[in-house]
Amino acid sequence: MQSLLEILVAGLLLVNLVALGAGRIGSMVRAVALQGLLLGVIAIVAHGEASNRVLVLALASVVLKAWLIPAMLFRALRQVAIRREVEPLLGLLPSLVLGALTTALAVAAAGRLPFAEERLAPLLVPAALATVAAGLLLLVTRRKAITQVVGYLVLENGIFAFGLLLVEAMPFLVEAGVLLDLFVGIFVLSIIIHHINREFASLDTRRLSQLRE
Amino acid sequence: MSGFEGPLAARAGLLLLLGAAFVLTLSGVPALLLPRRSLSGSRWTVRLTLAGCAVGIAGAVALLAASAPAALRLPGLFLGEGQLGGDALSGFFALPVLFVGGLGAVYGRTYWDPRRHPRHGRRLQFSYGLALASLLLLLAARDGFSFLIAWETMALATYFLVVTEEARAEVRAAGWTYLLYSHAALLCLVALFALQAQLGGGFAFGAIPATAAPKALTALFALALVGFGIKAGVMPLHSWLPDAHASAPSHVSALMSGVVLKMGIYGLVRTLGLVAAPPLSWGVVLLAAGGLSAFFGVVFALAQHDLKKLLAYHSIENIGIILLGLGLAMAGRATGRADWVVLGMAGCLLHVWNHALFKSLLFFGAGSVLHATGSREIDLQGGLAKRMPATAGLFLVGAVAICALPPLNGFVSELAIFLGLARAALGPGPAWAALPAAALAATGALAVACFVKVYGIVFLGTPRSEAAAAAKEAPAPMLRPMALLAAACVAIGIAPGLFAPAVDRGIAAWAEDTGALLGWGRFLPLGRLAVVAALLILLTALISLRLAPLCRRARERQPELPTWDCGFAGASPRLQYTASSFAELITSRFGWVLAPRFRWPRIEGPFPEASSFHSEIADSVLERLLRPGVRWLVRLSERLRRYHQGSLQQYLLYVVIALVILLLVSLQPWWPVERLGGS
Repeated sequence: MQSLLEILVAGLLLVNLVALGAGRIGSMVRAVALQGLLLGVIAIVAHGEASNRVLVLALASVVLKAWLIPAMLFRALRQVAIRREVEPLLGLLPSLVLGALTTALAVAAAGRLPFAEERLAPLLVPAALATVAAGLLLLVTRRKAITQVVGYLVLENGIFAFGLLLVEAMPFLVEAGVLLDLFVGIFVLSIIIHHINREFASLDTRRLSQLRE
Repeated sequence: MSGFEGPLAARAGLLLLLGAAFVLTLSGVPALLLPRRSLSGSRWTVRLTLAGCAVGIAGAVALLAASAPAALRLPGLFLGEGQLGGDALSGFFALPVLFVGGLGAVYGRTYWDPRRHPRHGRRLQFSYGLALASLLLLLAARDGFSFLIAWETMALATYFLVVTEEARAEVRAAGWTYLLYSHAALLCLVALFALQAQLGGGFAFGAIPATAAPKALTALFALALVGFGIKAGVMPLHSWLPDAHASAPSHVSALMSGVVLKMGIYGLVRTLGLVAAPPLSWGVVLLAAGGLSAFFGVVFALAQHDLKKLLAYHSIENIGIILLGLGLAMAGRATGRADWVVLGMAGCLLHVWNHALFKSLLFFGAGSVLHATGSREIDLQGGLAKRMPATAGLFLVGAVAICALPPLNGFVSELAIFLGLARAALGPGPAWAALPAAALAATGALAVACFVKVYGIVFLGTPRSEAAAAAKEAPAPMLRPMALLAAACVAIGIAPGLFAPAVDRGIAAWAEDTGALLGWGRFLPLGRLAVVAALLILLTALISLRLAPLCRRARERQPELPTWDCGFAGASPRLQYTASSFAELITSRFGWVLAPRFRWPRIEGPFPEASSFHSEIADSVLERLLRPGVRWLVRLSERLRRYHQGSLQQYLLYVVIALVILLLVSLQPWWPVERLGGS
C-alpha cells in the first residue's frame, strides 16, 4: 500500500514536469487531466479505509478534473481555432529546469515544515509544494488564456494534495465548495476565452495589457 | 434585554439618553419626506430635535445625579456582546451636546432657511440629527466595537454637514481634508481598541492593570493621543479643523467646535481613565501638547482675517487649555497628588462646558454677521454695533468669556487650571510645571488682543463695505439661542457653586481611586468667586448707568461728525485699522511659525499706478509639511508605475515573488532545522 502511494505521488511530480515541458496545448491539458485522475486515486489509496466522504470527494474530483474540465478545454481549443503551440514566454527547457529546481527546493522546504502527518506518505508534502510551484510557474510563463487555465488547474491540484493531509480535519463542505468554485471559475474562464478570441482574434493575454490604467 | 444593572436613576438616565438618540436619528425624517421648500417639514424636524434634546437632557441630569453607573449588555450586537453604559462622565459630556445641539437646530432653521436653500436644506437637517444621535451613542458606548461604530457614524454625519455647500470647490476640498483626517484617526482608534482589548481582557472597557507591559502602555497612549488628538484638533494634527469649520454653515461650525471636538477629549479622558497606573510622562506629554496648542492656536488666530477661521483657531487654543487640565490631572494621578487631579480635572471638564457655550455663541454671532453682510472677511465689516446691537452685545459676552475675563465662565475653569499648575510649580513639584502656567497666561493675553481686534474691526468703526453699511439685525429666532447661551455663560461665571456638584461627579467617575470625592470647591473658593463676580457686574452696571446720561447728553449737544483727521479731506473707511494691521505688532514676532505671504505693491516714479497689497497666512502644518510630503509621495508612486504594465503574467510573478519571500521568512532556511523542531 505504502509503496503504491509512493509511486502515485512520484507520478504526480512527473506529470508536473510533463505539463511544464509540453510544447502543444493538447498535451498540457492531457497532462493535467492525468494529474486529476492520479489525485483521485491517491485520495482513495491514502485513506485506506475509504470512508464515504473521501470516496465522494475523490470521485467528484476525478469527474471534474479528469473529464469535465479537460473536455471543456478541448472544446474551447477546437472552437477558437488557434495554433496549437504553447508559445511560452520562457523556453520549454528553462521551464523544465526551473521545475526540477523548484521540486528540489520543495523537498528541502518540506523537511522544515512542522507537519506531524508523516504517516501518509513522506513525499506527499513536497509533491504538493512542487505542484503549487509548477502551477505558479505555468501561470507566469505561459501567455495563452487556455494555458493560464491549465496553470490554475495545476495550482489547484497542489492545494488539493495538501488538503489530502487534512481531509479528516477539514469539513466536507469546504472541499466541495472549493471544487465548485474551481468548476465555476473554469467555466467562466472558458467563456471569457471565447470572447477574447472573438474580440482580438487571438488568445494572447498580453493583448489585455491595454486594459491597464 | 439582558443584564441591565445600576441604580434606578442611572438606568433611567441611560434609557432616556438612548431614547433621545433614537428620536434624534429620526428627527430629520419629516424634513426629508415633505417638499424641499416646505417650512412645516423643517419646523417638525426642529420640534423633534428639541424634544429629543429635552429627553436627553433629563437623562444626562439623571446620570449626573445617580450614585453609581448603569450598564446595559445587549447580546449578539456587533461581534459579541454590545456593552452600553451611563455614568456621570457620559452625562457631563452629553449635556453640552444636547444644549448646544438643540439651540443650533433652532438657530439653523432660520439661518439656513429651506426656502432659500432648497438644494441642501433637507440633507443638512437630517445629517444634523444623525450627528447628535451618534454623539449620544458614542457617550453611551462601553466596548470598542460600539464606540468605533458610533465614532464612524459621527465622522460621516459631520462630514455631510461640512460639505453642505458642496457646489463650492473650497468646501469640497475642506470636506476631503476632514474625511482623510477622520479616517486616519479611525485607523489609530481601531489599533487602540485592539490593544486595549488585549491589555484589558476583552473589548468591553475594563480597567487596564498596572502589570501591563510598559511598551504596550506607551503604544496605547500614543495611539490615543494621535487618534483622539486629530478629532480634538491638537496642534500638529489640527490642519483639517480651520477649513472645515469655516466652510460649514455657522450652526454646524458651532456644533463641530463646541461639541464634536470634545468627543476627542472625551475619548482621551475615557481611555486614560482605564489605565490603573499611568506614568508621569503621560501627564507631561499632555501638558506639552496642551501648552503648544493653546499658545500657537491663539497666535494663528491672531493672524487670520476670516472671522470663522479665526474662531476655529481659537477652538484649537481652547482644546489646548482643556488638555492642560487633563495633563495636570494625569500627572496628579501618577504622583498621587489628589489636589492636582481635582483641580486639573475640574478645569478640564468645566472648560469643556464653557468652551461649548461661548464658542457656539461666537459662531452663532459670526453666522449672524455672515447672514447680514454675506462675507466672513473681517476687513469688509465695520460699524455693525450700530446696525446689529443685539448681535454685537451677545458677541461681546462670548468674547469676554473666551478671553477668560471675570466675571464670565471662561475665567472659572482657567482659574482652576491655573491654581492647579501653580500648586504643581510652587510646591515641592518639579520646576517644569511653571512652563504650562506661563503658556496659559500668555495665551489668555493674546486671546484678549485677538478679540479686541475682532470686536473692534467688525463691530466698531465705520462700515468698510456697502454690505456692512446695509446690514440688518438678525431675526429673533437667531438671537434667542444666542441669548440663552450668553445667559449660561453668565450663570456659570457668577454662580460656579451651582454647577460644582456636576463637575465633582464627573471627576469622581473618572478617578475613583485618588480620593477625588473631595470636591474641587475645597481648593477653589467658589463662594468668594461668586461675590467677586457679582461685585464686578454691579460695578459695571453702576458705571454704565452713570455714564449713559452723560453720553446721551453729549450726543444731543453735538451732531455726529467723522473723527477729526487733522484737516485731511479725503478720509474714507479704508483709512481705518484693518485686521492685519491691528495684529501686525504681535504677528510679526511670530513670522517664523506663521510664514505669512505678502504681495507688496510696487511703487515706482513720482506718480505710481494704482496697486494693491495682499497678505495671507496659510496653515503651516498643511502647507509646509503635508502638501509637500504628499507631492513627494505621488512622485515616488509615479516611479512605481514602471512596474505596472498590464501584463497578467507579470502581476502573477509579483504574487509568486511575494509568496516565496513569505515562505522564506516563515521557514527561515538560514536557521538550523532543530530550531523549528517540533516533530
